[in-house]
Amino acid sequence: MGEEVKLFRTWSSSFALRIVWALKIKGIEYETVFEDLSNKSPLLLQYNPVHKKVPILVHNGRPIAESLVILEYIDETWKQAPLLPKDPYERAMARFWAKFGDDKVLTSIWSVFIKQGKEQEEALVATMENLKFLEEEMKGKKFFGGERIGYVDLALGYLANLISIFEEIVGLKIVDEEKLPLLYSWMQDFAEAPIIRDNWPPREKMIVKFQALLDAAIASSSSSS
Amino acid sequence: MAEEGVKLFGTWASPFSRRIEVALKLKGVEYEYIEENLTNKSPALLNYNPVHKQIPVLVHNGKPVAESFVIMEYIDETWKHNPILPADPYERAMARFWAKYIDEKFWPAAKKVLVTKGEEQKGVIDEIQQQMKNLEGELKEKKFFGGESFGFLDIAANIIIWLVVAQEALGMEILNEEKLPILHGWLQRLLNDAVFKECVPPKERHLDFFKVKFGSSIASK
Repeated sequence: MGEEVKLFRTWSSSFALRIVWALKIKGIEYETVFEDLSNKSPLLLQYNPVHKKVPILVHNGRPIAESLVILEYIDETWKQAPLLPKDPYERAMARFWAKFGDDKVLTSIWSVFIKQGKEQEEALVATMENLKFLEEEMKGKKFFGGERIGYVDLALGYLANLISIFEEIVGLKIVDEEKLPLLYSWMQDFAEAPIIRDNWPPREKMIVKFQALLDAAIASSSSSS
Repeated sequence: MAEEGVKLFGTWASPFSRRIEVALKLKGVEYEYIEENLTNKSPALLNYNPVHKQIPVLVHNGKPVAESFVIMEYIDETWKHNPILPADPYERAMARFWAKYIDEKFWPAAKKVLVTKGEEQKGVIDEIQQQMKNLEGELKEKKFFGGESFGFLDIAANIIIWLVVAQEALGMEILNEEKLPILHGWLQRLLNDAVFKECVPPKERHLDFFKVKFGSSIASK
């Protein structure tokens, strides 16, 4: 009986993409279980009773949830094509920037997308401040991981796709090539990289999905005012 | 000019910087402690953590590390004796998962419970009780989350002590010993540990801290 690896995900989950990329970069065979979050399977609820979310990695029957936790597990279990650097300080920096991405960058970019008027303007200012830190971190590097894609690239990578989708829907520039040239080229390089480019969710479907989310948010905010 | 040695920027009442003190003391690492005044942050702190401008920050040989769990992992990887994380990848994943749960779910609820009233507060108390029950499920029969001795998750769970002190200061009952016997037992063991007990705020001063900060909002109920 060989290794059994299953990934519970949805077709659009940005966090699940991290795991897809990591497994493929390491050449790990796995089975995908697609979930419908409006009708969660008994297995999902059993494997992640605390959060009831995806992604979940199940390795030889044992479940792990939270995508950054899963990434570290994958890196520690399958040692080929390492995602995190070797040096403890470099590893600390990688973990710091991945957390910054989830705690600050995602939050501010989501606000730019979902809010209107003054709130949107403020969110754009916050986003620029956050992205400037990432721009600084890119100096002298092709990817956040250096020459090769690494942990931070996988953690932030969904932005390479999602930002352009948000920009298209709300008609605002978030990553301007002139203002954030390194980040802009990282987004192109990452999106086109082998393995990464083969696993983006269908763009049209994403636009429909996020447009619907925005429409619903606008409808509920105007009906409550 | 490279600075040698280890510095920790923290505050006496922060569970986050206290976590780092535990980790450093457990490993026997000598360090210089700098108490920050968060209403008047030092230029050094702002220089070492320009992104968040927060404590704790660990500075090792002139290089800063911020975010308490990131610092704890750095300490564990740099000083390898008395390991904080377990050796097995799955056990490590569980420790990281529950540590994240504590900061992302318990901590916001613990802050909220002190500033809400009536039905809303009751809802938050129920939420916290459920969170603690979930944690008890992870602890089970073990002496500590880390097993025979305390580890990463025990250190991360230090924030629970802050709520225990707060509820005593404010005459509230949130963490009920009868409902959470396993957690209560664990807490006593942790607070009796020689290393750990050096790294909690002095009790009287901590009680006063909560009375001053939250006392009036409770009194007006």
